[in-house]
Amino acid sequence: MNLKLVKKNKHIIEFFDQLPFNKLIGISLISVGDSRAEMSVAYNGRLIGDSVSRVIHGGVITTLIDAACGAAVMSAGMSKFPTATIDLRIDYLRPANPGETIIANAHCYKMTSSVAFVRAEAIDDNERDPVALASGAFTSPS
Amino acid sequence: MENQDTKEMDSLQVILDRIPFIDFIGARFDLSGGELVSTLPFDCTLIGNGFINALHGGAIASFLETTAQIELAWYLETKNFSSERAEPIKLPKTIDFTVDYIYSGKAKQSFAKAVVNRSGKRYASLSVEAWQDRREQPFAKAIGHFLIPK
Repeated sequence: MNLKLVKKNKHIIEFFDQLPFNKLIGISLISVGDSRAEMSVAYNGRLIGDSVSRVIHGGVITTLIDAACGAAVMSAGMSKFPTATIDLRIDYLRPANPGETIIANAHCYKMTSSVAFVRAEAIDDNERDPVALASGAFTSPS
Repeated sequence: MENQDTKEMDSLQVILDRIPFIDFIGARFDLSGGELVSTLPFDCTLIGNGFINALHGGAIASFLETTAQIELAWYLETKNFSSERAEPIKLPKTIDFTVDYIYSGKAKQSFAKAVVNRSGKRYASLSVEAWQDRREQPFAKAIGHFLIPK
C-alpha cells in the first residue's frame, strides 16, 4: 500500500475518532479505505429505543450509518476535507437484536465533482439478515 | 381533584420514559396549548464537525426521529384518551426515515415539530422539521413512515 494512501486513511481515522457525537454514542472505526468504511457501536442500555423490548433506537443506527458513509466518502475523495450529508434515507428492515454489537458497512460507489453517492447496511450478529439499509448523497470533499 | 393538564403531562411522561435514548441525547418535550414541541439543548457532545462547529448528522436525525415518534405516540394516545389504559403502551415502529439536511445545525439550541400527514389502521406518515433561529428557516426536515402497533 503506498505511503500517501496510508497517510490519508490515518487522517480519516483520526478525524472520526475524535468526533464528539461519535464518541458519545460509542462508535468505533474498524476500517476505512478504497471508498469503503466499516464502523461499529456496542450495545448500551442508554441507547435503548423501547425499554420493554430493549432494542436499540433507530437514531443510533442512523448515526452509525451516517458516520460510516462520511468516512467512505472521505476515503473516495482526493482531499483531506470532511464531507457533509445532503440527504440520507434509512429503511429499517428489522429490530436489532438486544445485546449485540451493530456494524455498518458503507460504500461510496459514485463520486462526481459535487456529489458523492453512498450505500450502506447495518448488521448485528445475524449477518445474512440486515437490520437496516441506507442510501445517501454527500458533498464531495474539496 | 386531578387537573387535566397534570393528567396529560403524566401520560406524556409515561411515553417518554419508554425511550431512554431521548434522555440520552438530551431532548425535552413540552406540551402547551395542545401542541407538542421538542427542544434539543446544545451540548458540545452533539457536535459532528469540529472545524465549523456543526451538529452531527446523526444527532439531528435522532432528534427528528424521536420527535416524530413521540408526536405519533401522543396522537394515538389522545385519540383514545381515557383513565384506563392497557399497560404497557405499544410504541409505533419506524419503517423508513429520510432526512434532508438543508443547512448545518449550529452550536446552539434546536427545536422540532412533527406533523401527522396520515395515521391509518396500520401505517402512519409524519413530516418533521427542526429549526434554531427562525421557525420559517428549518435547518433539517424529514419524512418518516411508521407501523402502528395493533
